[in-house]
Amino acid sequence: MSTLTGTGQLIRLALRRDRVLLPLWVLVPSIFPAVFVVAFTTAFPTPQALQEYAETSIHNAAFTVFYGALQGPSLGELVTWRAGFVPVMIGLFSLLAVIRHTRTEEEAGRRELVVSTAVSRHAAMAAAVLVTCGANLVIGLLSALMLAGQGLPAAGSLAHGTGIAAVGCVFAAVGAVVAQLTTGAGSARGIGITVLGVAFLLRGIGDVSTQSGGALGWISWLSPIGWVSRLRPFAGERWWILVVPCVAATGLIAMAVALAERRDVGSGLLPSRLGPAGAAPALRTPAALAWRLHRGSLVSRTVGFAVVGFGLGGIATSIGELMNNSTPAAREVLARLGGPGTVIDQYLWAMMTVFGVVSAGFAIQIVLTLRAEESGGRAEPVLAAPVERLRWASGHLAIALLGPILWAVVFGTVVGLAHGLSTGDVGRGVSDALGAALVELPAVWAFAALALALFGLLPRLAAWTFALLMTSLLLGWLGEELHMGQWLINLSVFAHLPHLPGGELTVLPLLVMTAIAAALVLVGVRGLRRRDMPVG
Amino acid sequence: MTDAISVSGLVKTFGRTRALDGLDLVVHTGEVHGFLGPNGAGKSTTLRILLGLMRADAGTARLLAGDPWADAVELHRRLAYVPGDVTLWPNLSGGEVIDLLGRLRGGLNKKRRADLLERFDLDPRRKSRTYSKGNRQKVALIAALASDVELLLLDEPTSGLDPLMEEEFRKTVREEQRRGDRTVLLSSHILAEVEALCDRVTIIRDGRVVETGTLSDLRHLTHTSVEAELAGSPDGLADLPGVHGLRAENGRVRFDVESAALDGALRHLTDAGVRSLVCQPPTLEELFLRHYDRAAAPATEHAAATR
Repeated sequence: MSTLTGTGQLIRLALRRDRVLLPLWVLVPSIFPAVFVVAFTTAFPTPQALQEYAETSIHNAAFTVFYGALQGPSLGELVTWRAGFVPVMIGLFSLLAVIRHTRTEEEAGRRELVVSTAVSRHAAMAAAVLVTCGANLVIGLLSALMLAGQGLPAAGSLAHGTGIAAVGCVFAAVGAVVAQLTTGAGSARGIGITVLGVAFLLRGIGDVSTQSGGALGWISWLSPIGWVSRLRPFAGERWWILVVPCVAATGLIAMAVALAERRDVGSGLLPSRLGPAGAAPALRTPAALAWRLHRGSLVSRTVGFAVVGFGLGGIATSIGELMNNSTPAAREVLARLGGPGTVIDQYLWAMMTVFGVVSAGFAIQIVLTLRAEESGGRAEPVLAAPVERLRWASGHLAIALLGPILWAVVFGTVVGLAHGLSTGDVGRGVSDALGAALVELPAVWAFAALALALFGLLPRLAAWTFALLMTSLLLGWLGEELHMGQWLINLSVFAHLPHLPGGELTVLPLLVMTAIAAALVLVGVRGLRRRDMPVG
Repeated sequence: MTDAISVSGLVKTFGRTRALDGLDLVVHTGEVHGFLGPNGAGKSTTLRILLGLMRADAGTARLLAGDPWADAVELHRRLAYVPGDVTLWPNLSGGEVIDLLGRLRGGLNKKRRADLLERFDLDPRRKSRTYSKGNRQKVALIAALASDVELLLLDEPTSGLDPLMEEEFRKTVREEQRRGDRTVLLSSHILAEVEALCDRVTIIRDGRVVETGTLSDLRHLTHTSVEAELAGSPDGLADLPGVHGLRAENGRVRFDVESAALDGALRHLTDAGVRSLVCQPPTLEELFLRHYDRAAAPATEHAAATR
């Protein structure tokens, strides 16, 4: 029996299981670059307009963190730079897809059934990686075709397409490695997303340093996300860079295979330890159970926010250096934008929006634990005890609503501290950043409440809250800048929050959003009280 | 004596499937009641309605003299439930789950907990994700049996247990039975278990009751098989009403006889002179298969209604 026997059948199984998700996933990131071409040519019809836009953008550190360093003012360069968050999205999906088809299967016990047939030990991993990398290649090819179809040079289009496909493949391989480490798919996802977060942060630090003439530019080389722009699509392609992701992916896959050979099916490399023989005295209420289920991820996410906050807050200072190093023309542009203070404020505001979106994602996920408990059969024994449904749900809901407060305080304080240390005014830095982080909370609560409302009324659709969050994020990010209609931008929940720091603190939108969140919670509770449990 | 559970005309539909179709069920206080039926017959749905997790579309259900939906929380203090498919929180240890479920119910008997852990041979320190199906089942069983409650609702509680553990389970339930004040509703597929434990049984199919009564009541509904060695020839035996499948050779006869006709048939045999006689009572199995066989054809379309 060869080492890959059965891979073909497992690939077909994976394609069958993902027949809705996969096409959707391949199409959405593929059309982004083409959408940007249309948006840029409409919004900035002349080379001068593009040049002006490029000069403004190059001084926006938030852009650099999100998209990487901008190489030049040509349409191709601007479009591929603006699509710089696509590698992050593709990386995330690739990582999760591989874990879902390997470790999740194993944890659920389905892998055992599959391996007992005439299928080799490595077939599951091979199928997961091949399907994911295949999807990445299709995304890359489609992106290249769409860019070339819009009249951009073929070489640059191809470089961009292969670049993002290669990054996707690297993260698919990262997924294969982390899937070997833990017995639980949840912890594997946690480790994988941490790797992605670190890669994102490294590119941000490196590229901001490059643009401000700092010495830390080399850090971007450590980040797979940074490799796409290193290819320099439309700016004299450096094809040899492709060797880097290929070597990295191959090495990681070899590592995953080696790790897989050292462990049994169903187990991880990190051993499963014995637990206590009896429950601690405090573990006696549904709320205590909820706390027990969430405390690990709550702590690791808080630490994550602190680390990322320190990195992002530290970068803010290099914008000061940027001011000194820039040309007179650039300094004029900056003055027009409102001076250095405004530029830093804008950067911090953008980071706070990201904090809000990520917190909202975490909060939604905490609320959706209720759904996982229900469909996994773990809600039933609790509800068969003298526990009212609301009491069962309230523990998870409380963590979903209070956790973000903790994160806002930690993230805001650390960003402010890191920024304040370099400007010398720690007090002002902390109070500004803390306030800016706290105003994100009503939007975070609104999304958590939306998840609860769907869970109460339409439990099968509850997971779509994530899709609504993504839509809101994209409308907010792309709408304003690419001159979309105001009504479209207004659909983004985050667009209604006050622009802090720097902007005016308006209380009304915060109150309205909190009220909406409260109403949605009531709707969800009412639905939950009335409906059948469990809904399959 | 009141009834612990009384259900009449219960209807529950999921989309186009009718999971319960006018189900009646009465469980007397203090009895162990067997609840039998093929997969997808509506056993779990009935239990979920009794637990107030689902609401019936029509019909009435009373549980411990209360309304299962409106008084759910109050009633749950007085009952313990073991689901058919036990899933646990993967990173909690078995001991933690037992304590948590017991405390949620209002506390459990510590001595009994320790006793049951030993009897069921369960290591409470292991994380739930490392437990086999049988061990997960034990966790839920111990949590239920260690609570001092009036009513136990057990949904196929021994699935996944080995024969030794099954025997322990039976012993434990029999002890409960002897106390006289505990009621048990036991849904099961294991006929020996039901025969050994239950005072009365209800058999359902397609969401409707097909048989209910004591085991001896139900036995009357089936045939006794008789095998005898005779001195003379059994003339006219084949013509008796209620006698089926008579075969006679070399002075031996074999036949099945309906319970009502048993007396007449035996008289006929003694008239011919009996040298030896083997008489086998109907097994629950036969009873069961009669209903299951008829269910075989529409079983597939009802498979979706199991939940």
